[in-house]
Amino acid sequence: MHKHIITALVNNHSGVLTRVSGLFARRGYNIDSLAVCNTEDENYSRMTIVSQGDDMTIKQVIKQLDKLVDVIKVNELNADGAVSRELALIKIKVSPKERPEIETTCRVYKAKIIDLSPESVVAELTGDPEKIDGFLKIVKPYGIIEMVRTGLNALERGENSINDLTDYNDTI
Amino acid sequence: MKQKGAKIIVDCLIEQGVEYVFGYPGGQIIDTFDELYKARDKITQILTSHEQGASHAADGYARVTGKVGVVIATSGPGATNIVTGIANAYMDSVPMVAITGNVPVSLLGRDSFQEVDIAGITIPITKHNYIVKDVTKLADTIREAFMIAKSGRPGPVLIDVPKDVQQKECEYTPKKPEEYVPKFDATQPSVDDAVKIIAEAKKPLLYVGGGCIISNASKALTEFAEHIDAPVASSLMGLGAIDANHRLYLGMIGMHGHAGVAKALKECDAVIAIGARFSDRVAGDRTKFARHAKIVHIDIDNAEIDKNVVSTAHVMGDVKLSLEYLKSKLKKAKNAEWVNACRGYINEFPLKRCGTNLCIRKVVEKVNELSPADGIIATDVGQHQMWTAQSYKFALPRTFLTSGGLGTMGYGLGASIGAALASKKRVVLFTGDGSFHMNLNELATAVKLNLPITIFLVNNNTLGMVRQWQTLFYQKHYSSTTLNLPTDYMKLAEAFGAKGFILDKDADIDATVKKALSCDGTVLVECRINTDEYVLPMVPPGKTTDDMITDLDK
Ligand SMILES: Cc1ncc(C[n+]2csc(CCOP(=O)(O)OP(=O)(O)O)c2C)c(N)n1
Ligand SMILES: [Mg+2]
Repeated sequence: MHKHIITALVNNHSGVLTRVSGLFARRGYNIDSLAVCNTEDENYSRMTIVSQGDDMTIKQVIKQLDKLVDVIKVNELNADGAVSRELALIKIKVSPKERPEIETTCRVYKAKIIDLSPESVVAELTGDPEKIDGFLKIVKPYGIIEMVRTGLNALERGENSINDLTDYNDTI
Repeated sequence: MKQKGAKIIVDCLIEQGVEYVFGYPGGQIIDTFDELYKARDKITQILTSHEQGASHAADGYARVTGKVGVVIATSGPGATNIVTGIANAYMDSVPMVAITGNVPVSLLGRDSFQEVDIAGITIPITKHNYIVKDVTKLADTIREAFMIAKSGRPGPVLIDVPKDVQQKECEYTPKKPEEYVPKFDATQPSVDDAVKIIAEAKKPLLYVGGGCIISNASKALTEFAEHIDAPVASSLMGLGAIDANHRLYLGMIGMHGHAGVAKALKECDAVIAIGARFSDRVAGDRTKFARHAKIVHIDIDNAEIDKNVVSTAHVMGDVKLSLEYLKSKLKKAKNAEWVNACRGYINEFPLKRCGTNLCIRKVVEKVNELSPADGIIATDVGQHQMWTAQSYKFALPRTFLTSGGLGTMGYGLGASIGAALASKKRVVLFTGDGSFHMNLNELATAVKLNLPITIFLVNNNTLGMVRQWQTLFYQKHYSSTTLNLPTDYMKLAEAFGAKGFILDKDADIDATVKKALSCDGTVLVECRINTDEYVLPMVPPGKTTDDMITDLDK
């Protein structure tokens, strides 16, 4: 069992997210994170799904996704052949006198402080999930008031595009 | 020309060559029924007693013709009543288009009267579904739905149309229906491996499933089997894909498959699965299925490859085209010794008689003897279904209608109605006392339409198949399986306007079956058998053929 990144181009309709997430739930595949966004073409959305499973299971997931009419293209991204990033906003409990320490930590992690209040800061951090996990470990003792993460977004390195793939539904 | 959405629906159905719609009206679909009324010279409406019956009738019609079956229902309860029929069609890959009405767009999402999110409900049991909120998209949506339903691995597609969309007008331009032409890619990577495995196999065994019937591959399959001289076993869904009287045909595979097939499966060195999906009812413990043998899997659904049982090589594509291609790549083989050995295994395990006074297998055999090769047999779900599947020798595809994947009790009568309309010939239904009571309301439909359906109701006064499990695995705790219903089937037949006969001893089989198959209209034959009869052999669920129970007396 390890982490797999699945990338998909899907129709930009309401209900597509339900179809995709429902398929995972129904067939007992798990989702670590799922990010959806618009694309350069308004007809399509892009999904990046991180899922745990053995290789056979992930192959099954991809084949099942490919069968959905609303899934145009789908593929697994190889972690080395892809760039991947996640964005996190973390609201940390920080008294004015602890602020310099936090600022140093943020500098090391290339995190930006984007909001300040007398007793808190909001740090913005982009990177791979492990980097964000590392940052969280360090700031946890101060107290995390609340936080959000986008889930992973990823693209294949180089000039290839998901558009080059064939849609399974066109092959039968 | 500008026209109402409801008329667009009906015109699109006419475009697609639909001759029957099975359905039931209601407030939110009344506009479409109004247009169906105006087009009644082109499309015949079949009004059933219950929407579930309509959905099974559309399914039966589709299985017999290979065309898309159409069911129409109103919103809310009408829509939920077809859910079982849709799921049934989904599991058995039956092409179907379901059209439901819904509340007007402005009332959607407000828990309006008879509003349900039928699209949400049916996501997991349809190939695809739609809510059409814009009348200008209606025609193309319906066309696309038909294409999806019949292409690739077929299945049901649902289109939910709010009432105001049926009433709004827009431009409609007729279009010829798109034909589905299956493709085959001979350059796919694993096809050469498949050829090699088949060529090298000394003891090949074909395991054929419903995909062979769906892709009209019977001729290609028979020629392929003869070409490589391989014995053939069939899943429940594959019965009729190859003539059961063919010298290479062995019998059914799986939980209630033939013990001789189980033995052949153990001995073979290659299993060639064709349009089949290694369901748990076939494979048992999937991790142990034919472990010693190489497995070649041929299927149009890429997701079936390696889903349940991991194959050594696979061919993805239409079964017929795949078999034709493989045959062209393979030299003619002779495996006389192996084929004879398999034949021997089959003869080693004759099917056991069931019943003291009346043996239902004998009834099935008599029906078989008296029916034409293309006679259609339907079943419900339970012991009677398995006895029929085991004992009837299906000679042609599309002659056996049974709920394989979902195992839907109550499927049979609706399916028989669709089949009788499609084939314009007599249909024989084997049902159980439990199953019959689920949807016997459709007896009224059959009689009203004067359909030639002969129903053999296997009355064992019990939910026999469940009782069998209780006997074998639950210490004879007959919890909720004893029926002993006071129903007088002869009076019931009479009340509905059907003819009724009782059959309770072997000696009467010949005369009663002859009568039941030759009189006009709908006939109900109550076949009284013992309560404790068993479907054997049986592989207990999740086990392997090594655990097959072949005899309970020993
Ligand atoms: C709709 C539905 N409910 C429950 C079941 C579970 N089930 C499978 S076989 C069976 C008994 C069927 O009884 P009957 O129709 O009398 O057939 P028999 O086994 O007695 O021949 C039941 C309850 C089912 N398959 N379908
Ligand atoms: Mg019964």
